[in-house]
Amino acid sequence: MPDFALELCGLSRYFQLKKGLFKPATVLKAVNNVSLRIPPGQTLGLVGESGCGKSTLAKMILGLLPPSEGDVLINDKAIDLSDRLALARQIQPIFQDPYSSLNPRKTIEQIIRLPLQLHGVGDAASQRRAVKDISDLVGLPERLLRQYPGQLSGGQRQRVAIARALILKPAILVCDEPTSALDVSVQAQILNLLLDLKQELGLTYLFISHNLGVVEHLVDKVAVMYRGQIVEQGDRDAIFHHAQHPYTQALLSSVLTPEPGLGLPELPDSSQWAQAS
Amino acid sequence: MSVLLDVKNLQVDLPTANGMLHAVRGIDFQVNRGEMLCIVGESGCGKSMTSMALMGLLPKRAQCTAERMAFDGTDLLTLSKKERNQIRGMRMSMIFQEPMTSLNPSYTLGNQLCEGILKHKKISRSEARERAIYLLERAGVPYAAERLEQYPHQLSGGLRQRVMIAMALMCEPDLIIADEPTTALDVTIQAQILRLIRELQQEFGTAVIFITHDLGVVARIADWVAVMYAGQVVETASARQLFSSPVHPYTQGLLNCIPVPGRTAPGSHLQAIPGVVPSLVGELQGCAFRNRCDRASTECTRSQPQLISVDGGQHQVRCPVMTQQWQEAV
Repeated sequence: MPDFALELCGLSRYFQLKKGLFKPATVLKAVNNVSLRIPPGQTLGLVGESGCGKSTLAKMILGLLPPSEGDVLINDKAIDLSDRLALARQIQPIFQDPYSSLNPRKTIEQIIRLPLQLHGVGDAASQRRAVKDISDLVGLPERLLRQYPGQLSGGQRQRVAIARALILKPAILVCDEPTSALDVSVQAQILNLLLDLKQELGLTYLFISHNLGVVEHLVDKVAVMYRGQIVEQGDRDAIFHHAQHPYTQALLSSVLTPEPGLGLPELPDSSQWAQAS
Repeated sequence: MSVLLDVKNLQVDLPTANGMLHAVRGIDFQVNRGEMLCIVGESGCGKSMTSMALMGLLPKRAQCTAERMAFDGTDLLTLSKKERNQIRGMRMSMIFQEPMTSLNPSYTLGNQLCEGILKHKKISRSEARERAIYLLERAGVPYAAERLEQYPHQLSGGLRQRVMIAMALMCEPDLIIADEPTTALDVTIQAQILRLIRELQQEFGTAVIFITHDLGVVARIADWVAVMYAGQVVETASARQLFSSPVHPYTQGLLNCIPVPGRTAPGSHLQAIPGVVPSLVGELQGCAFRNRCDRASTECTRSQPQLISVDGGQHQVRCPVMTQQWQEAV
């Protein structure tokens, strides 16, 4: 058993912003020297505001974007960007918007089965069986397999996305805001499913979200990202009860719990946490 | 407190290829001057259609009927297009969800801020500019005077929403309808914008109809709450009453399925509401929530439940079963 299912060592990604033909390009450090470790079977929650580099980080972990510096290690081995198929068997994504992440012209069965065909796993009969098994696991009724994404509700589509991600039996799932496009009553169904799958299959999650209530519920460790850097990381309870960084404190105090009479939180000026990072 | 907006039995129907879609199926509510009413519900429950009906911005094919829709004594239903335009923007304005798409990218902010007030009021261009600068500053936009010459793409999402709020306040309206104004924003920005709306509302004495799906937001800002499900109000009460003693199974379900830091045990199963919302195409028989409700009986399939008061006052619930239980318990 490796020590860490997923390890990031000094991962950075820079973008050159050209202002004009003769002007020197400025460098945007979208992700700046990020180091994270997730032990097998654990969940790391990555939180931060929009534009802080969360999604760039996710793309590098999935091998969709080469890092400028640093390494991504899966099971203690650096990932090989030239062998995308091998990488896809180890790590799979679940995206935010279940309306645009599924091909509208393919049936649900074709969508879930495609990874098996691409990887040449089994024959047609065993592939169909695998699709049926995985659909049972994520709670998709069999009659939906012949339908198209347009006929499904948001929650059902996200179940399809989860089934497609799991069919190659990867060890790690990268969930990029998987419930923020869903209604709250459906969000709870999907969160329960993710918790069940983690237990049954021993999955490791990188869970990216801006909803701290959801993060606290689901994760073992938390990393807070601000302007491309990790400003604070630690165990869930340590972050949620003893946050040190002013940005983490501001994030935590802006969680609005459904308790009337508390009013709205008074936040410090954002320059405070900008300076501290 | 005087009633500013009085709506009775509002219905909005949209013809679709599969038949008539009843988006809003008879809702009643009142908004008092200077009060904040939150309409909360999931996507497709008719909350946005309600706000569009109030503003007179429904798509052309939509059919809107109501027994009463009175704004400060004026009947909105019988107004001509011209009379409607005089109220809209002047006495009733709107903040939309997407600050990215609701500002026109090809006009400067100053141009867009002043357009309404120049049309509605006899006011000079420089006076309008002064008011725009004053309101931008009140809305927390730094360098307000210079911003007037800028275009929407030069601003961040949070700043754009502040501009939208300033724009809604330009003509000192009596009523602002805010349709999910903070959904597209980061949580820290959301808290700031909500504070701002609350402060400005109290300062200017504006009534606000705040539409959202987030119960956390509702709890912190609302005076009055209406919970909508499948085109109907299923429970309405003051914010304090609704959160301390929710009666309708849907309201209870919504409150139970959000993980709350410090209250929900991490990693435990959330009490999800099973199933999905019913289709609103065609007629609904009985209670719209019965298929997802664990207390549903045969009675619920037979008759359409009515809004009834649980406490003899203004806490009303559309569920006879739970109302009876609640009254017996008290």
